[in-house]
Amino acid sequence: MATQAFDVVVVGTGPGGYVAAIRCAQLGLSVATVEDDRPGGVCLNWGCIPTKALLRNAEVVGLFQRAQEFGITVGEWKADYAQAVQRSRKVADRMAKGVEFLFRKNKITLFPGRGTLKSARLVEVAGKDAAGKDSVQSLEARRAVILATGSEPRSLPGVTIDEKRIISSTGAVTNESRPGSLVIIGAGAVGIEFADVYAAYGVSVTVLEALPRVLPIEDEEVSAQIARLFSRRGITIRTGVRVKSVTPGASSVAVAVEAEGKTETIETDQVLMAVGRAARTRGLGLEPLSVATENGFVTVSSSMETSVKGLYAIGDMAGHQMLAHKAMAEGVVAAETIAGQTPRPVDYGNVPSCTYCRPQVASIGVSEAIARGGGREIAVGKFPFTASGKAVALGDTEGFVKVVADKSTGEILGVHIVGPEATELIHEFAVGRTLEATLEEIVHTIHAHPTLSEAALEATLAALGHPIHI
Amino acid sequence: MITKVIMPKLSDAMETGKVIKWLKKEGEAVKGGDILVEVETDKANVEVEAFGSGVLRKIVIPEGEQVPVGDLIAVIADPAEDISSVAAGPARPAPAAPAAPAPTAPAPAAPAARPARVAASAASPSAGPLPAMESYQSVPATTTVVPMAPAAAASAPAPGGRVKASPLARKIAGQTGVDLRLIQGTGPGGRIIRADVEAARTAPRPAAAPPAAAAATGRPQAVPARPAFVVPPRPEAEYEDVPMSPMRAAIAKRMPMSKAPVPHFYVTSEVDMDAAWALREQLNGLDGQPKVSVTDMVIKAAALALLKNPGVNAQLNGQAIRVHHRAHIGIAVALEQGLITPVLRDCDVKPLGRIAVESRDLADRARGGKLRAQEMSGATFSISNLGMFDVEEFSAIINPPEGAILAVGSVLQKPVVDDGEIRVGRRMKMTISCDHRVMDGAMGARYLQDLKRLLEEPLRLLV
Repeated sequence: MATQAFDVVVVGTGPGGYVAAIRCAQLGLSVATVEDDRPGGVCLNWGCIPTKALLRNAEVVGLFQRAQEFGITVGEWKADYAQAVQRSRKVADRMAKGVEFLFRKNKITLFPGRGTLKSARLVEVAGKDAAGKDSVQSLEARRAVILATGSEPRSLPGVTIDEKRIISSTGAVTNESRPGSLVIIGAGAVGIEFADVYAAYGVSVTVLEALPRVLPIEDEEVSAQIARLFSRRGITIRTGVRVKSVTPGASSVAVAVEAEGKTETIETDQVLMAVGRAARTRGLGLEPLSVATENGFVTVSSSMETSVKGLYAIGDMAGHQMLAHKAMAEGVVAAETIAGQTPRPVDYGNVPSCTYCRPQVASIGVSEAIARGGGREIAVGKFPFTASGKAVALGDTEGFVKVVADKSTGEILGVHIVGPEATELIHEFAVGRTLEATLEEIVHTIHAHPTLSEAALEATLAALGHPIHI
Repeated sequence: MITKVIMPKLSDAMETGKVIKWLKKEGEAVKGGDILVEVETDKANVEVEAFGSGVLRKIVIPEGEQVPVGDLIAVIADPAEDISSVAAGPARPAPAAPAAPAPTAPAPAAPAARPARVAASAASPSAGPLPAMESYQSVPATTTVVPMAPAAAASAPAPGGRVKASPLARKIAGQTGVDLRLIQGTGPGGRIIRADVEAARTAPRPAAAPPAAAAATGRPQAVPARPAFVVPPRPEAEYEDVPMSPMRAAIAKRMPMSKAPVPHFYVTSEVDMDAAWALREQLNGLDGQPKVSVTDMVIKAAALALLKNPGVNAQLNGQAIRVHHRAHIGIAVALEQGLITPVLRDCDVKPLGRIAVESRDLADRARGGKLRAQEMSGATFSISNLGMFDVEEFSAIINPPEGAILAVGSVLQKPVVDDGEIRVGRRMKMTISCDHRVMDGAMGARYLQDLKRLLEEPLRLLV
């Protein structure tokens, strides 16, 4: 068995892993990456990117449905879900190829196969050789190993995801046959996004959530707005319900739920399990090295090093928000640390949270309720898109921008947006918070007219008590 | 999210820490950067900042108890979160039965405190079964609990010009009366950020006025009245064993780690301090300016000389010699029961007035046991001044891992020969102790030569 040596070995090439690998290479280190699927990880292949393609399809379908509003008469039209899935696969393939290109450009060697730690500096890769036969290769890391194996869908106790009747997000993005009805368990970002996609294609969707509201990590007003808009679109939203059992039958699945002490059964074609994700660490070889973990997630320092020297962990497996952009930021911190720099640690309090349903949801910082619970006096400013010229012109007036600030200093504590391009608009506040801008700096920044970004300005003015346009 | 607060490792030598005071109560909201707890280490009392935000759900270690570094001392979490899995307290292999009484055998302070704590947490009804928690001890404590100033960020403040500060930092400073010019920024490029202002706010104000007595005599240089010289009566006992304070124990442990393995060599030089003395009098005659001490001038001169002689601003780092391009100077401060060396960062670029203000603030807080963790490490060179004890000259022991230390004696009036004439002049002796593994005699000598020149042409300290 041949052993090859590199400065850094990165196990997993999702957004955390490939960014860490590229940053290491930029800093002059030789890098090997190990991947048992396509480069790009869940995000590019089975998560963020293909769902964004499907959501775009859903949006186009939505526009066709509203064509009359714009004075356009459309004859016969048909939205083929299988083709939407095929398009999303093409998008994912293209992005995965992009990662392969970036690896070549940065002279990063990709080892296809499953990586296992043999020691803190030795990774064994079980894969196939050129002839398709099983082969094992050994990679020695002279400086460090970065673990970036991500996460996998969680299920409820006693419920097995078969990716046929009971599917995870992975099954949902490849599901070419559109079910007649779908029960989505979990109303976080994943559940809400798929509810949007399937409902747009005419599937009867029921969303079940154990907590009292949808998108439970978002501000309460955001949850309320999304629940209202989704219900209006015909999506059944049931919050505060407990799923007792999920039983696949011959042609349908029975979901037993308990709400307010009463139990009932919902029959559905498919069930999408969207109750969260767990760190993907099984078989990685962490136990023999006594790598410290907490609730299954690998414990890391602020420079992303695990309890074992020279062994780093980033992304979903390292806890905090399970978001691709957080993983990328951690990848940069790990790479720069390994290269001998002292990067600024990831600021977990300033990670934007985005849900790409229609209308989009984005937030940063704390919710109004948490800010009020902090004991200081706060100011809240809200601006509805119904008062935005650009939003009215677009015909997308649902939603608002809400700014939560410290009353005495104007510190921007949290921003919550529901509405068109919310996931783009949030970055004005992300930059502002990084630079420690206060409400005044946002207000003194001239915002072009007409833009959706003016809503950010107006909500900030509202927090100061003098909005112009409402 | 649940944040476990563990006893941070606040210095290289720290093994245990004692909880002095909880500044937040159970149930109180906490946000990152809030001062959470005051901890006594072997060297000083340190304020520890909260890392996570949420509610201080449980105080695991009560005030007055000592625990090893890495032990869980509190839990911060969201109000509704279930913390029973972490709040049960660290399960250690040591205590046999949770309810067992404290061992009767005499034991050093730290282990004796442990069984009591375990008993306390086991008695708590919410505690639940004790999970195995060895993993917490392997967490690098300093990075999880005490946010350190990012090392790379410390850099030159804009000299004399605009103070670089974030809008939020400015606003908080304006509301709380913190002078931004006196703060070292830890943001990108040395920018002052909110955390810096809040840290400065919680620190005691630097001593403002010179001692009233000196002003009253009209002769600021007057020797203070000597206390009566009394030999105490001879005690009954032939001898006594005084228990070592944690600080004394740390010094006892640390100094042989320097003197034994580090081959010291010493170079002494005498400086003509007439010009420096005159300049200092002039500076201190200006109203509204901070008072400058001889030590402050030595700090500034030493820092500038380090920049010119980087070989002295160096330390052994494994197989390499790390040459520093910043002059972070440790200033030895004598305390009642030992000494401590707080660090004044970036002395090479700080104006003399700011060095005067900051060094006084550091010394005051060192004496009050109020230093923050990041002020106790990271020096590249140290200075020890025993001038106030009428010491002509002495040699100091290098504070590892630094490569050199400067020992400064009193400024003494002496007969000096000047152009064939004898006159009275002010002279000061300084001795540099150098790590011979890192540098050689001539390097130390050249450094002293530059330092001497800077002090003899002291206007250079002002440009």
